[in-house]
Amino acid sequence: MAEPTGTGPLTLRRSPLEHLKDTMRAASVSGASGVSLTEWPFLTMVDVRVAPGSAAAVRIEHALGTPLPLRCGDTTASGPHAVMWLGPDEWLVLSQEDGAELTDRLRAALGEDAGSVVDVSANRTTLELRGPAARDVLEKGCPLDLHPRSFGPGQAASTTVGPVPVVLWQVAGAPAYRLLPRASFADYLARWLLDAMREYGHEAEAPLGS
Amino acid sequence: MLQIPCPWCGPRDETEFHCGGQAHVPYPAAPGELNDHEWGEYVFYRDNPKGTRAERWMHSGGCRRWFNVLRDTVSYQVLAAYRTDEPRPAIHPSREEAGAPR
Repeated sequence: MAEPTGTGPLTLRRSPLEHLKDTMRAASVSGASGVSLTEWPFLTMVDVRVAPGSAAAVRIEHALGTPLPLRCGDTTASGPHAVMWLGPDEWLVLSQEDGAELTDRLRAALGEDAGSVVDVSANRTTLELRGPAARDVLEKGCPLDLHPRSFGPGQAASTTVGPVPVVLWQVAGAPAYRLLPRASFADYLARWLLDAMREYGHEAEAPLGS
Repeated sequence: MLQIPCPWCGPRDETEFHCGGQAHVPYPAAPGELNDHEWGEYVFYRDNPKGTRAERWMHSGGCRRWFNVLRDTVSYQVLAAYRTDEPRPAIHPSREEAGAPR
């Protein structure tokens, strides 16, 4: 990742997993049972609460360019934004756009109606777990049924991985997952995943007894 | 491990939930007229039935919403889950017997 240039707060910020960047890269393995772990820090996240189906919700959907998903597990996406369902009247907007600008735009769309739009970018960080063995790694500690028949690309759900509450988002069928833990739990979750990944990526070695 | 069917998220493991005790405990109609004993009964005294019990649960690991669950205190079977704005569903006793795990 390129170091930010210029002055101001952006040059001073540190991602919650910066100290584990090299460890995560070293632990990532390729191959038929490979799996890799990387952090995608500083994604913009905006928490939106509004009554579903209301006029304010329609204005927010218009501002995002995509409908708010109405069922648990569903996500919608449009351009730089992805919206995931957190509750019957709560959504998390992930975006590549600047957090302050997006928050201002959505707050303007909400207007004076009941609801809230809060920039929660600093609340969570994003871990990407990718590779043929990614589902096996998660299944060691995630109570959700991750089999493709019930959880596939484009689905996201709040759940736990090990003891850590996360929003789990499957972004590709390869499979690739993004895990959104709270920043203060990120170190523990990354180390938990690194431990769970250790047995994979050694298919080239001869099996015992052969 | 109980599987609890959250009205919004579907069936999830018990570890994602917190139990909030007995459901349908009405707040006193005239709280200013209660004496200490009556307050004590409202705050602390709960039913302890053998059989179907209505409980409040919160899906703290998921949608973070409160809802109600009918649970059999003998078999631990979860008989129904319903939102707080829905009435308590009628559970027929014979169906409870038939559906109870051995």
